[in-house]
Amino acid sequence: MTSSETTYKIRNNQSVPLDRIPTYDYSEFRVLMIDLLKNGENHCVNYFAYQCNNRLQFIACVASDSKAIIHLLAHEMDLSATVALQSLTADIPALHLFEREIHENFGIAFTAHPWLKPVRFAHNRKNKTAINDYPFYSIKSEELHEVGVGPIHAGIIEPGHFRFICNGENVLHLEIQLGWQHRGIEELFVQKKKILERSTLAENIAGDTCIGHSTAFVNLWEGLCNYVPDESLEFARTIASELERIAIHTGDLSAICADIAYQLGNAVFGRLRTPIVNFFQEWGGNRLAKGLIRAGKINYPFTPELATRLLEILKVYEIDFDEISAKLFNLPSALNRMENIGEISPKEAYIIGTVGMVARTSGLNRDIRSSHPYNLYQKMDHQPIIKQTGDVHARAELRVDEIKQSIAYLRQLLNKVPASKQPEDHQFVSPANSFAISLTEGWRGEICHCAITDDKGELLAYKIKDPSHHNWMALAQVVRKNEISDFPICNKSFNLSYCGHDL
Amino acid sequence: MSNNLKILWHQGKQFIPDITTAQVPGIFRGRPVISSEDVDLAALEDLCPTHAIRINPVGIDMGKCTFCGECAMQFPNKIKFTKDYKLSATARGNLIIREGDENPLLINPDEIRKEIHRVFGKSLKLRQVSAGGDNSCEMELNAVNNVQFDMSRFGIEFVASPRHADGIVITGPITKNMTRPLQICYDAIPDPKLIILAGTDAISGGIFADSPAIDRRFLSAHSIDLFVPGNPIHPLTFINGILALTGRL
Ligand code: SF4
Repeated sequence: MTSSETTYKIRNNQSVPLDRIPTYDYSEFRVLMIDLLKNGENHCVNYFAYQCNNRLQFIACVASDSKAIIHLLAHEMDLSATVALQSLTADIPALHLFEREIHENFGIAFTAHPWLKPVRFAHNRKNKTAINDYPFYSIKSEELHEVGVGPIHAGIIEPGHFRFICNGENVLHLEIQLGWQHRGIEELFVQKKKILERSTLAENIAGDTCIGHSTAFVNLWEGLCNYVPDESLEFARTIASELERIAIHTGDLSAICADIAYQLGNAVFGRLRTPIVNFFQEWGGNRLAKGLIRAGKINYPFTPELATRLLEILKVYEIDFDEISAKLFNLPSALNRMENIGEISPKEAYIIGTVGMVARTSGLNRDIRSSHPYNLYQKMDHQPIIKQTGDVHARAELRVDEIKQSIAYLRQLLNKVPASKQPEDHQFVSPANSFAISLTEGWRGEICHCAITDDKGELLAYKIKDPSHHNWMALAQVVRKNEISDFPICNKSFNLSYCGHDL
Repeated sequence: MSNNLKILWHQGKQFIPDITTAQVPGIFRGRPVISSEDVDLAALEDLCPTHAIRINPVGIDMGKCTFCGECAMQFPNKIKFTKDYKLSATARGNLIIREGDENPLLINPDEIRKEIHRVFGKSLKLRQVSAGGDNSCEMELNAVNNVQFDMSRFGIEFVASPRHADGIVITGPITKNMTRPLQICYDAIPDPKLIILAGTDAISGGIFADSPAIDRRFLSAHSIDLFVPGNPIHPLTFINGILALTGRL
């Protein structure tokens, strides 16, 4: 029996009755997971547990990157059972954080897990380790010293704690402790029943990826409730997704320049972000596009006038963008700070389970827009841009290339603006005892939302996974053997989300 | 070098000469105005995701409003959002806009602590703490200092250490996990010091107001000097609020 027959296969934005998902004994589940994930074309997009009556249900979602399907499989256990589960992490390291989360929330012991530490110190966790008692790895040595940074950092950024073990200026080890941002957002999705409340929550999962997360939510909700969005909705979501990518990538290039003390690049990229976010405001009244994406409607339809306006903005933007990009990538002093810094090899990137930009700059072809297309990506032949060197330089250069690609997509899409209907509230009815999944490719990478409904069709659990979930461990690994003074530039080249991780 | 000059030349003039009168593009949702039209009040009150709308008489609490625009969409003759971005207030109650209120929001100098103008009127250094912020207000606070908005022209800057700061700018609903770092940071700022709340989440908790994972006791233990509404705050809202607070307008 091969694993392809033993899982339920679902496509992006589809739903399935819960009882169609095959449920196994844990030992069988474990073998199947290893079988699936030893295949390099598959990767785990979500694995979580939720409570239903007195049972704990576990669902794993393993995406095939070549076949546009997602394998679903499950196991379950009695809530009061105290059995330990044999960890999958030793075989599939990319699963380490999923198991840690299940351990933290429900107290499940995973035997032979090498790093069973707290994840986000959720308010309702079973493992009550306090955030101030995090068990940091340490090495006893007279030669080494530790450097602790955060949770509050020098700049205007979110909180997280970084603990370095250094030999002189060189970093031997970095451990990243998160959780400071935990707001209980997954439980709020269940508690708050109105769709506007949930859309608002989705926009606040990570405010820098408002479009990525709110699109994942509305695509999921429409899929779950069997609502087929018209072309104008899909159009608006696709345009917004590429605009968000341009805006944030531009801001990131500015911040990378700031961290290598290249003032001109910092100023020029910084100001180039403004026309893009201001266009969001012209379209929907908010610079970060809050209020724009709604299930079953759009309050601010995209008009042909907006298309003309956006084409003008892109034309002016591109000239100055090309000029400063060419300058940055030909400047020896800038290249010296980016090349061979913070490298992650394709093999490491694969083992860690990286996604999005971090994966694509280390030779991994992971991009939901092409592997599990949604909205208008279904009609576009998106070819992900792949780089091989896995260093800061590759991550900066990828942003430039992706901006160029996004501009080309926008020009192509703006040729034909579909007519929008008047915004009208659709009465969504979610089916009982169902599971639904949605994947989008935000500017950082793959976003995954999963919903589970109870026997009345009410939400029983809502699971959110930001791409940062996979990539934080990669950041901790890349700074090894680098100078500690290169940490800021490494960190910036990843630009991971704290609140998206802490939820 | 000549290349650098060319790049500089191509940027043209980016800075906004007068930050107090600049117009924002498009359909910005700023200060709401509420007409006296009769509408289904229960439906109006019920639709708001953060209970920012109150009725009898109708009012919008900008400290709770996420500026999602849904109320104006469904009751276009009752509620309109103007493009006025000067939304900051020194008293929490002043953030409530009532039916018929049409005038711009002014900061009353009598409501401001006396030493603020004297001590911080010419130079103000701020420390930012994100306590559950979603990185939207944080991004806009960074934008406050880009070449367009350029807040540092007024001698107002964000600094790396609380020891160098005159006040704290809080974003986010204040998670339980951040209460201790926030307190430590605040304690490290020398007196006299300011507290500024930036964004809906910080002012009221926003959509997270009833989350069991937040703890807002820090705010009830201290008096707040400035409330800056927005989701996220607009850079112009923030800069104009600080200028008004420090008597610079
Ligand atoms: S715009 Fe503000 S007041 Fe109106 S519905 Fe949205 S949150 Fe409520």
